Amino acid sequence: MHQLANTGGSEKPLLSLHDINMTFGGVKALKNVSFDVRPGEVHCLAGENGCGKSTLIKIITGVYRPADGASIEYDGETYSHMSPVTAQDRGIQVIWQDLALFPEMSVAENIAFQTVLGRWPKLVDYGRMRKIATDALKRLGITLDVDLPLKDYAIAQRQIVAIARALVGQAKLVFMDEPTASLTQSETDHLLDIVRGLSAAGVAVVFVSHRLAEVLEISSRITVLRDGALVGVYPAAGMTQSRITELMTGKTFDQQVRARPRGDQPVVLDVKGLSRPGQFDDISLTVRRGETLGITGLLGAGRTELAQTLFGMLKPAAGTITLEGRPVHFSSNRDAIKAGVAYLSEDRLSLGLIQPQSIADNLVISSLGKIMSGAFLSDERKRRLVAGWIADLGVKIGRQGDPISTLSGGNQQRVAIAKWLATDPKLLILDSPTVGVDVGARAGIFDIVSKLAETGLAIILISDEVPEVYFNADRVLHMAQGRIVGEYDPRVVPLAEIEGAVYA
Amino acid sequence: MTSFSDRLKAWFGPEMAGPGLALIAVILVFGLASPQFLSAATFGSVAFQLPELGLLTLAMLLPILTGGLNLAVTFTANIAGLTLAWVLQANGGADAGAGAFALGCILAVAVGAASGVVMGLVIAFTRAHPILVSLSMMIFLRGLGEFLTRGGDVSGFPAFIGPLGHGSIAGIPVPLIVFIVCVLAWHVLLTRTKLGFNTYMIGSNLEATRYSGINTRKVIVLVYTLSGAMCAIAGIIMLARFNSVRIGHGESYLLITVLACFLGGVNPFGGFGRVIPVFVALIVLQLLSSGLNLIGANQHLATAVWGLLLVGVMVLRFAASKFKISFVRKGT
Repeated sequence: MHQLANTGGSEKPLLSLHDINMTFGGVKALKNVSFDVRPGEVHCLAGENGCGKSTLIKIITGVYRPADGASIEYDGETYSHMSPVTAQDRGIQVIWQDLALFPEMSVAENIAFQTVLGRWPKLVDYGRMRKIATDALKRLGITLDVDLPLKDYAIAQRQIVAIARALVGQAKLVFMDEPTASLTQSETDHLLDIVRGLSAAGVAVVFVSHRLAEVLEISSRITVLRDGALVGVYPAAGMTQSRITELMTGKTFDQQVRARPRGDQPVVLDVKGLSRPGQFDDISLTVRRGETLGITGLLGAGRTELAQTLFGMLKPAAGTITLEGRPVHFSSNRDAIKAGVAYLSEDRLSLGLIQPQSIADNLVISSLGKIMSGAFLSDERKRRLVAGWIADLGVKIGRQGDPISTLSGGNQQRVAIAKWLATDPKLLILDSPTVGVDVGARAGIFDIVSKLAETGLAIILISDEVPEVYFNADRVLHMAQGRIVGEYDPRVVPLAEIEGAVYA
Repeated sequence: MTSFSDRLKAWFGPEMAGPGLALIAVILVFGLASPQFLSAATFGSVAFQLPELGLLTLAMLLPILTGGLNLAVTFTANIAGLTLAWVLQANGGADAGAGAFALGCILAVAVGAASGVVMGLVIAFTRAHPILVSLSMMIFLRGLGEFLTRGGDVSGFPAFIGPLGHGSIAGIPVPLIVFIVCVLAWHVLLTRTKLGFNTYMIGSNLEATRYSGINTRKVIVLVYTLSGAMCAIAGIIMLARFNSVRIGHGESYLLITVLACFLGGVNPFGGFGRVIPVFVALIVLQLLSSGLNLIGANQHLATAVWGLLLVGVMVLRFAASKFKISFVRKGT
């Protein structure tokens, strides 16, 4: 156990929230949540996707305005809601998972641009910018060439640039949203050291991560949210990973491994030596009829690029793809769909579904041929096709004509799955199908996946959450830096071993 | 079974509320202000003026639904008109026969479509902004037209073309018949064909549409091609109405076509909008200018009132959506 930098003790909190309520379109995202952070502590905010973590952060940083009755006490002042400007001025900073940096601009510009904005005269003082950036990096004990464009640096260094930018704003409270999601173990260790350093210097850090091991290592207290409500605040000392998981999900973890042997079934997809320079290298894999192949690995391991290549959106530089015994060369995803490949995008909001358009139109878009009556689209056929899928997959909807954006994440994902099933696929690639889906609705999605596999559909299930593929796939491949580095059978290998390999 | 009200909704859509209310308001106001307003004369003048602006608006509508714009509509129309004029002149001018006219119309539509194909290809493959691409096409066509005509009029057409601009069949003006046929064609295209379906989807999210397996480039090229062809039809009608072609004809209509689309409830960012409400919006605009004319207002004032009306509709629509949201929130 590492020495905790600051256990907080009983001193007055830096930030203290009470009675936070937030509703989005009839869905309660936060219910009477309270939350506090002590000066200089490392505090972990834990909970599954969709539990309200980011909503809470957005309320504290002024992006959202909580329902009336909320109180936000911060550093001696009380607010009913924050504004982004107040939050920044008062030293609250967030490092989002996507970092929100400018890849084309220099390190110095990325770190210092906020401080030089609005100064008189309104001219950019590059000398000052470079000095601010260098000083901020020095505080973190890092040397980078501040004149190089940010895109020349790897993700781990970009993370540090994002932290340096937060420090320039004289931060007292820094939120880090999944800061280690795309880092290797040594990079993560380095980042955790930096977080300890910040804490020692009196900066409070709120750490959001689903890697429970590092949560326990770094934080002094843990606040757990579930389905928008506060479960409790716990000291990290004496906590275990399985106890946190129980608190987060509200159930003792009794998930069963669903893997079954599928070796006797005919091969649907056979990939040999598939490569795309800089993205993935020498990938060989097979998926059989009725088999669910899990692929896991860190963000940026090349999983999505591999999936998009199988779906014809990207072209491989080398290697072969064989579908049901026939070699295929897709010139676009239209060829792939025709050949029976379907791809559920990880990015449901901007690539998977057309959010403003109706539930019905989203469901039929990839299989318009089925709702034609002669040369024209038939509203009646469309209505019947949609009604059939809605019933089959148990989607809860109002009217078929409602915008898909009015549905919950879980129901949207069901429609997205239905959209692809309507194309009669032989191979269904599910890329992170539970992103933005409530904890409760995830099991439902995997029940559907399991039933589909029973009907003989070959499925590739991609997820960076190892337990997801572990419990729901027949075989698990581990991808790292564009290569397949391990294959596991969930029936014989314990979860911890795969997690150890993936998060190493 | 779909109920009658559902069918009504499917036909008109929620976009109908704005132009529908505006139509009632205009008829009421001018009907009370001027006894001659609700007369055959008003109908006649509206019926003859509506098609030019209307056909150009149809040409503008498709690109707007994809989230684009076609700023070249008026010049495409006139270049197509010039094409027809030259075919007629080459075949005897005022003595040209029906065969020459038919050939000229085909070539005119081909030229209009060609202008659209070029814009569509550039927009689809380079992802350049449609405003820039169509602006370039507009400047090119204007320059080309001015160069070829020396900025003047081309006239001297056979007499049998006249009825296409001024004649009536069973009391209904011929240009209006052409326009209504085009309105119905656009309505069917947008509500009943794959191309129409994909047009709306691309307008809301091009990338997601591409991921769904739609050939988005093909759709964009077809949309601009059809837009160009519709411009050509407008150009032929304008030739018949003015009995001449000039590259600058109808130039002032350009931005009015955009505004007519918005008045008809078309989403300025694409993805939503229907033909019939736009048709009603066009009638409102024409009634407004005819009505102002009747009560003795200056023609330029009519244009100013169009602008005011459109601003008013935008504000009302914003207020209505705010009201709807707060109503829904309280309801849940």
